[in-house]
Amino acid sequence: MTEIFSIEKAPATAERNAFVAARIAQRYRSERLFRFFGLAAVAVTAAFVVILLTDILIRGIPAFTQHRLALDVAVPADVLPAGTEASTDVLRSVDFAKIVRESLRGAFPDVSERKRRKALDGLLSSGAGDELRRRVLADPSLIGGTVSLSAPLSADADLQLKSGSSGIERKLGTGTASLSGPAGKVSVTSTAEDFSAAAQLVRAAIERQKDRLATEVTRLEQLLPQTVGEERQGLDQKIADLKQRVASYGTRLSAAGGDIDLDSSTPTVLVALGDAWIKAERVTPRSIAGATLVPSSSTAPAAPGAWRMLVIETPESNRTTSDQEIAWLESLAAENRVSRHFNWQFFTSGDSREPELAGIRGALIGSILTLLVTLALCLPIGVAAAVYLEEFAPKNRLTDIIEVNINNLAAVPSIVFGLLGLAVFLNFFGLPRSAPLVGGLVLALLVLPTIIIASRAALKAVPPSIKEAALGVGASHQQAVFHHVLPLALPGIMTGTIIGMAHALGETAPLLMIGMVAFIVEVPDGLTSAATALPVQIYLWSDLPEVAFQSKTAAAIIVLLGVLFVMNGAAIYLRRRFERRW
Amino acid sequence: MDMKVMTATSGNGTDATLAPKILARDVNVHYGEKHALKEVNVDIPQRSVMAFIGPSGCGKSTFLRCINRMNDTISIAKVTGSITIDGSDIHDPALDVVQLRARVGMVFQKPNPFPKSIYENVAYGPRIHGLASGKDELDEIVTTSLKKAGLIAEVKDRLGDSGTSLSGGQQQRLCIARAIAVGPEVILMDEPCSSLDPIATARIEELIDELRANYTIIIVTHSMQQAARVSQRTAFFHLGHLVEEGETADIFTNPFDKRTQDYITGRFG
Repeated sequence: MTEIFSIEKAPATAERNAFVAARIAQRYRSERLFRFFGLAAVAVTAAFVVILLTDILIRGIPAFTQHRLALDVAVPADVLPAGTEASTDVLRSVDFAKIVRESLRGAFPDVSERKRRKALDGLLSSGAGDELRRRVLADPSLIGGTVSLSAPLSADADLQLKSGSSGIERKLGTGTASLSGPAGKVSVTSTAEDFSAAAQLVRAAIERQKDRLATEVTRLEQLLPQTVGEERQGLDQKIADLKQRVASYGTRLSAAGGDIDLDSSTPTVLVALGDAWIKAERVTPRSIAGATLVPSSSTAPAAPGAWRMLVIETPESNRTTSDQEIAWLESLAAENRVSRHFNWQFFTSGDSREPELAGIRGALIGSILTLLVTLALCLPIGVAAAVYLEEFAPKNRLTDIIEVNINNLAAVPSIVFGLLGLAVFLNFFGLPRSAPLVGGLVLALLVLPTIIIASRAALKAVPPSIKEAALGVGASHQQAVFHHVLPLALPGIMTGTIIGMAHALGETAPLLMIGMVAFIVEVPDGLTSAATALPVQIYLWSDLPEVAFQSKTAAAIIVLLGVLFVMNGAAIYLRRRFERRW
Repeated sequence: MDMKVMTATSGNGTDATLAPKILARDVNVHYGEKHALKEVNVDIPQRSVMAFIGPSGCGKSTFLRCINRMNDTISIAKVTGSITIDGSDIHDPALDVVQLRARVGMVFQKPNPFPKSIYENVAYGPRIHGLASGKDELDEIVTTSLKKAGLIAEVKDRLGDSGTSLSGGQQQRLCIARAIAVGPEVILMDEPCSSLDPIATARIEELIDELRANYTIIIVTHSMQQAARVSQRTAFFHLGHLVEEGETADIFTNPFDKRTQDYITGRFG
């Protein structure tokens, strides 16, 4: 008291005031700085999370839809081998995919060449026949009739349709266009300068290409003096080749009348006129000359706006879908035979080598079975261990050692548990490889310390006064714990368990060690059947070369994150709902 | 205050003739290295209120917890000496500690109702001891106990509400009802009013005065006025020693020991 008085009473010199003001300013400054750092840290974290989620969503969402082709498939009356009934076994041996393919070929009767037929067949998924087989099995009377089928397209065709307009410029014709013939080498002439823009674009692309080659030639020529012998000869040859290509590009660019020649290394120009598709080989401002990709049924001129052209900037040689395939798909789409559906198959089928047929059901069921085993083991053992250690165990050196080891166990890398599982469960006990049972056992080892630690913390958080109250009215120690302490700790224990389970769900490394990393098509039907798990499925898909699997990978990540969010949401809900304050 | 002391003194005439309920002889308590309670000898008469006073850390709560063996729950506590209730030793190996705690109820410093309904709070003790053979009997015990604790009028329409939803004073009376429900002979109260406001405190003190007719009550308190108001006998503890024990009026008006006098007059504490 006296000291405070003496400060107040002391003459407030200007010096002292300045000192106090400086101290206050310093305090505010440090607080502002701290707030800024805190905010910056939160902002950076949030930005990373947003970027990650956006990237995954953008990549993954297309995989949840699928393009299907509407086909009226005539099922031949003699589809079954003579003298057999329509049973599962018999139908399994029938090549329904071939019947569907025949039906698609019917739409493009001009396709007779082997190579083009294969390309046309390739538009359909190899699983296109499965749907037809199911329909016929369900209703054998369809044999001999026509079935309206919605057949899945192949992954490449699907991807081409999904990428849609990116890199493709669509333009309606402004003049009246006439076609010189129904099929083969034809030309399209317009009354307006409809093709000049396309010609410009192709010209610019060729110029860029030529410049690039010229730069390359210069670079190689500089290397020339340093090389000798065979190496030198090779280089000479290469330079000569490049120079020739530069020259050929030069002649193309300087062709009379602004004509320009196209090939597979230049952008593609496709013209749709009536039901015909023509691929340009030479473009002039008012006309193109080329070959039909889809033949025409008439040569009647098309009015302005009734015909269109597609300019695809990426050269055909750099694409997975050829001009021919694009023309077929566009032509089918123009007939409204291609539609986009929700990809139920992604959730109803197991893994597959074909991206359009691959689903996550197998991995999802595998994960669920694995987690069930983990939960069934972890919850009783973990809670019992926590209750014993927290409430009943004598405090001595042995329990200290146990406690320290449980805490250490929580920090052991998960791959070590995988190795342990391999050595003990597979090699010693001889349990089946790749089984959810073993996966669950290994993950139980992994999660047990987490659950014990969380449960002990929850038990410790129950105020001792509650236990004392119970003891005070004559409850035994066990009654006090099981009637009062444990129920109050249960929300905390549940939260810890759910978070432990979420941790187990995302765990990959230990499952790799016990063989849950195999390519498994069948959806697991028991604890000992071969299975894989969601994170392992993601790992497997991310490794595959097919472009379509990239979006499958992202889609599987979305499903995994969805399950994790639901689990963590449940934990938060339990905590909010049952949390008590004292 | 003087009035209260006077009445307490006048009440003593009848209580003094009663036989002691609890006898403590040479009670020592060690918490590990610490010698918390030293050679305590005291007789506690039945159907009366005895107050334990003394500065913080003097051992009064420790001694209180010896009487229902609550110190057993502290692993480092070691109790020696003998405490008998109605002539039977509470440390007798044949005596179950759970049975002892049913006979010796306890009310704690901070109201600690179970986070359950009011009904469940009171019914828990009788239920685990099997005191009621049916629902009706249990209802009867709950109602009687709440009546004895003077809480029935306030809660009879909301027995299903949570015990923690009551006010502090009501919670403490609920704890008293909970202790009464198992039919104890002795009720230990460890600073029962320390977290309550004066009105709630007065209510509890009245209750203690009423309960004295049927129970032996031992109360630990920091408030000397409270000790003077509610108790017939008072014991003063200091640094683990029982310094002085006697009729409340004598302790407060004519203390024998210098330390008692210093404490009562507020010279230390």
